[in-house]
Amino acid sequence: MSTTANTTDARSSRDKAPAGERVADWADGRLGIYGLAKANMRKIFPDHWSFMLGEVCLYSFIIIILTGVYLTLFFHPSMNEVEYHGSYIPLQGQLMSEAFNSTMHISFDVRGGLLIRQIHHWAALIFLAGMFVHMMRVFFTGAFRKPREVNWVFGFLLFVLGMFTGFTGYSLPDDLLSGTGVRFMEGAVLSVPVVGTYLSFFLFGGEFPGGDFVARFYSVHVLLLPGIMLGLLVAHLILVFYHKHTQFAGPGKTNNNVVGMPLLPVYMAKAGGFFFLVFGVIAAIAAIASINPIWTMGPYRPDQVSTGAQPDWYMGFSEGLIRVMPGWEINAWGHTLVLGVFIPLIIFPLVLVAIAVYPFIESWVTGDKREHHILDRPRNVPTRTAFGVAWITWYMVLLIGGGNDLWATHFHLSINAITWFVRIAFFVAPVLAFIATKRICLGLQRRDHDKVLHGRESGIIKRLPHGEFIEVHEPLSQEALHTLTAHEQYEPAAIGATVDENGVERKVKGPEKLRAKLSKSYYGEDGQIAKPTAEEYKEITSGHGHH
Amino acid sequence: MSSQDIPEENLPAERATDQHAHGAVGVADEKDPFADPGLPPHEHRVQDIDERAAKRSERAVAFMFTLSMLATVGFIASYVGIPHDKAVYVFPIGHINALNFALGMTLGVALFAIGAGAVHWARTLMSDEELIAERHEIAAPPEVKAQVLADFKQGAKESAIGRRKLVRNTMFGALALFPLSGVVLLRDLGPLPGTKLRHTLWSKGKLLVNMNTNEPLRPSDVVVGSLTFAKPEGLEEDDHEFQTEIAKAALMIVRIQPDNIKDKRELEWSHEGIVAYSKICTHVGCPISLYEQQTHHVLCPCHQSTFDLSDGARVIFGPAGHALPQLRIGVNDEGYLEALGDFEEPVGPAFWERG
Repeated sequence: MSTTANTTDARSSRDKAPAGERVADWADGRLGIYGLAKANMRKIFPDHWSFMLGEVCLYSFIIIILTGVYLTLFFHPSMNEVEYHGSYIPLQGQLMSEAFNSTMHISFDVRGGLLIRQIHHWAALIFLAGMFVHMMRVFFTGAFRKPREVNWVFGFLLFVLGMFTGFTGYSLPDDLLSGTGVRFMEGAVLSVPVVGTYLSFFLFGGEFPGGDFVARFYSVHVLLLPGIMLGLLVAHLILVFYHKHTQFAGPGKTNNNVVGMPLLPVYMAKAGGFFFLVFGVIAAIAAIASINPIWTMGPYRPDQVSTGAQPDWYMGFSEGLIRVMPGWEINAWGHTLVLGVFIPLIIFPLVLVAIAVYPFIESWVTGDKREHHILDRPRNVPTRTAFGVAWITWYMVLLIGGGNDLWATHFHLSINAITWFVRIAFFVAPVLAFIATKRICLGLQRRDHDKVLHGRESGIIKRLPHGEFIEVHEPLSQEALHTLTAHEQYEPAAIGATVDENGVERKVKGPEKLRAKLSKSYYGEDGQIAKPTAEEYKEITSGHGHH
Repeated sequence: MSSQDIPEENLPAERATDQHAHGAVGVADEKDPFADPGLPPHEHRVQDIDERAAKRSERAVAFMFTLSMLATVGFIASYVGIPHDKAVYVFPIGHINALNFALGMTLGVALFAIGAGAVHWARTLMSDEELIAERHEIAAPPEVKAQVLADFKQGAKESAIGRRKLVRNTMFGALALFPLSGVVLLRDLGPLPGTKLRHTLWSKGKLLVNMNTNEPLRPSDVVVGSLTFAKPEGLEEDDHEFQTEIAKAALMIVRIQPDNIKDKRELEWSHEGIVAYSKICTHVGCPISLYEQQTHHVLCPCHQSTFDLSDGARVIFGPAGHALPQLRIGVNDEGYLEALGDFEEPVGPAFWERG
């Protein structure tokens, strides 16, 4: 009968199907994998070197988790004092916390332990550096525009959480250098008005350093922060898939399509292979370049310190803030307002937030509600690019401040002079960088403009019959013409009519005025060079032929 | 302030939709010289045309993968064979741990070769023809939105949350209150500060013990130009509270010619020109440890706050906000330096209750 026939049919087809297909059928019946694969298996990804920066972050994060799990197998997050009896002779018999002792054990007595520790730390530095550069790529190409603003915020949070995961991580070995960093953090917490001492006592379980912070930092470092980051990272990647990747303008590439190669097989191989490349390079770095050699610093003692004390690079800008700030203190009514420490503590998040909120400011200025999938060339958005460069300059000035002692010793400069330089540059350098960048962008736009209208400089010098020398310009291909003129140019938003049809005057509010002003600086005459029109092109090319 | 009030004409026109079909070769458009010529035609690589070149690529990829296998064997061999304390000279790095170097390099090669092989495979042997996928707007079409809104309203109406305000408000109240339990639970993270930051182990009669020799100091032990670190008598390194106590009590002692001491109180609190100051920086608490003999300046190596020890340890440069606290010292009957009391003000970084 029909049912029997059906079952035999199904059985026979199952027998015939290859094993892989049968497994896939089993999974599909329970997880619906075919639907998922249909959408994603041949998903198209565009190719550009700068799209690898985010991959570097992803892969170094995976490397950090893998090596981090290994390290937890040997690390003891305890501040109990023990005497050292490991194989590193110079520290024999010294008192140290179990945290330091177990890190020494990992470094000297576990085979490969030092390598994994160094991979873990190097990968963390590369993770943060990767996120920084990836964020800059997204910023300068305008990839943060609608619909990707939320993903920008996810990425930003990953960067900030990465900084604190790094800080809690390098504080765990309880060595002299990291302990000094924790002490700095305690001093900063103490400066908070009204509740500072309470926060500090709750954080450290009493007075600094107490016996708790390593264990507390440990759970924050291995569970709380990475857990949140893993969630954000998955959300970040889901959105990348969902939005599809951005691409640069070019022949055949529009705002409505994605041009590139399929995930299977090309990006499986390229991106999958890239994981191994990143891991391989980090392993090789860890083999030859020592990082955080805690045995040369020794265990932490609150009454000892060494010169050249520096945080990991991503915390350097906060170090700069704290170093160059004048020591203002206000004492009144039996209380102390420690402005010299508290102001840097407030500016620290503001430096980061300044770049994080930028996409929302720009979308407010443009009022543009459309989706953008074609990337901007930085030169074509001079004000954004100038803002980004000003921000980087600000950040770098603070990094110089954070390493003022190293600048002084390595370049034989006066530390007082460097500190004063940073104090002034903190305010002046971003402005100068902004102006210079904007001018450079406009210059590059003019060059593109000329290139489109007059062609490319061929380098061939021709002597005309009457003796004049000219350089031969070659006209651009249509691909190049299209690529150089594909960008959009906004008009500055004007303030709408202030008198309506009935002659009633409308009040122009502050925000509206501000937006008109900003819009003018973005897209007015000083903000961009009008791109060549087809008419201009035709007039020049038909008028007097080629130059 | 929404952006609706920007006139439409200020927005750039919608980008010209791609009328040019994919693959159309760039012919100069009579009308618009800047028009999108469409995707350029696919150009074949040498591997696509020449099977020998493809074979070469295949061998190169296989070589990479084989290299990776060999490197993994090398990793295991290094792990087993190299003693963990052996040093090896590697140009130009110098002497480094042999095991770490061998493990790292073999692991690095094993991983890198897999990556290089896969990437080479993708670049030379897999199809490199560019494909086009269409995008679809993220926002839902109006009818979907209308359906969702209608569903939501229906659901909200059925729950009666808008009508039965008592239910709604008490629910909000309950949801807002219960996290307080979590906040309260954090209370025992630490004791209350009290006046703990105001007191150190120093008190009248406590001897100044040399940090290095663990012996009580006599005035003759402190010579002009030297910098001595001291701890209070009775505090030993293996004490349970050593770290916390030394974080406040650490002392630095220098001898200055009494004539050179500019601050009157400093001179009074000194003994024959020997002055004792808190070693903990008043900025954020680093131990100060750089002493300039001639000028009597001390510098904190963390953030470069500089204090003048001959003038009440006032701040002469850097981010510190106030002078280092001085400990009043004298000499006991047996000729040892002793404290004449605790610090009169809190040591270390400033805080709200400091005053």
